[in-house]
Amino acid sequence: MFWQIEFVIFIIVIILAVGAISVKDLLSAAILFGAYSFMMCLLWAIMGAVDVAFTEASVGAGISTVLFVAAIFRTSRRTKD
Amino acid sequence: MDTSFSMPIAYANYWEFVILMMIGLYAIIAKKNLAKRVIGLNILQTAVILFFISIGAKQQATIPIIEHVNGISRVAIEARSYINPLPHVLMLTAIVVAVATFGVSMALIIKIYQQYGTLEENEILEKCHEGKKQT
Amino acid sequence: MKAGALAVVVILGAVLIFCTHGFPPWGDPASPASRHVSPYYIEQTMRDTAVPNIVTAVLADYRGYDTMFETIVIFTAGIACIFLLRTRQKTETETRLYRHVPTGITLRIEKGGKFPKDSIDFERIDSEWVPYDLIVKTTCRLIVPFIQLFALYVIAHGHYSPGGGFQGGVILGAATLLLAVAFDLRSAKRRLSEKTAAFIGTLGVFIYAGTGIVCMLLGANYLDYSALAPLMGVDPVTARSHGILIVEIGVGIAVMAVMVILYYNISSAGRQDEGL
Repeated sequence: MFWQIEFVIFIIVIILAVGAISVKDLLSAAILFGAYSFMMCLLWAIMGAVDVAFTEASVGAGISTVLFVAAIFRTSRRTKD
Repeated sequence: MDTSFSMPIAYANYWEFVILMMIGLYAIIAKKNLAKRVIGLNILQTAVILFFISIGAKQQATIPIIEHVNGISRVAIEARSYINPLPHVLMLTAIVVAVATFGVSMALIIKIYQQYGTLEENEILEKCHEGKKQT
Repeated sequence: MKAGALAVVVILGAVLIFCTHGFPPWGDPASPASRHVSPYYIEQTMRDTAVPNIVTAVLADYRGYDTMFETIVIFTAGIACIFLLRTRQKTETETRLYRHVPTGITLRIEKGGKFPKDSIDFERIDSEWVPYDLIVKTTCRLIVPFIQLFALYVIAHGHYSPGGGFQGGVILGAATLLLAVAFDLRSAKRRLSEKTAAFIGTLGVFIYAGTGIVCMLLGANYLDYSALAPLMGVDPVTARSHGILIVEIGVGIAVMAVMVILYYNISSAGRQDEGL
């Protein structure tokens, strides 16, 4: 597709990845990680990998985020670095 | 898509993959919180999957589902007009393995928190050394 | 520590970016990856298996061994989660919270006290209890059947559109997770208990491995679906298409069971009395 869309999504993906590992609140990290999964799914769908994008949308942005939030619920939410 | 590529556009996918992989690697090495390390591991995995998918892409080719009517293919199948489907197959297995290890690592994080009361690596190591000194 | 890690990462990244010189340009149809093995699969899939979705055909038929072990991997992850988190703790002597419905008074019953059993006036609540939210609960109750129907559609239509066993199984599991999140964990466990989920997971793996054994008993190689042709009364090409559907169903229900088991154990930290 248009390479301009790809470039914009590239930049967004890098910003989300850096944000997911830098925030001090684990719940925000979980949500940013879910958004990162959604953007990667979009990128793969643009490159034509529709099966892989479907799997990543259901697994990465669905199950992984829910499991992460459940694990944070049972442990602590604050982190020191 | 343009057929005359200048270098940044032709290789931007590979640079993107290297940048993402390095972000994930940095999170695994340098962060002390265990949950951040697991996030870094997942970022590394999705970056590698991005690399394989961009190997399989082709210009002016369509998705790897053959056009058909009632189970009989309508046009002659040429390999040039379909995207390479083999990396997609490998990456489906990779995503399944990634989610399996993510689930088990979440269970391990809960167990570690129940045992030590914290998720930071330096505090866990202190408690381990204290436990060893007392015995 | 962080400066050292940053230096290592930057140097490694620079070396790798320098090495990407040697790659073929992106999207090149003459690249080595597109010239060697994949033209065979693109051209022969329709003739061999009558399945238009090449990815599903390669995943479940040409590389069926890998998919079988992938199913076993995700089943093992569910088992590992059970082993890690379900320990023999004293689960029955925890304090429980009950709420008297007509007046709204919350009772807290310590260990050793007598629990009001199954009466209409007392309901058991979680530690983080929210009042009855009509919109969330009604919407989730209305949506869950449609999610399950869509998941069955994704499994069955994986031959002709993106989808397949794994994606449909995850969506099926997500329907039960929606129930567990909108209501509480105990009402989801009433509908699908962990024992049933473990049994269904084992059944899914058995369906996959059992199809291979049936093919072997009929005289062909392991997981060679064209041997099922006399059993179903069709020609070998259609038998391969049906064999792919059977193993996709096996993968789907195994994955659903494992997603449910993972959520039940992680969200209650093994105790399985309260959830998210």
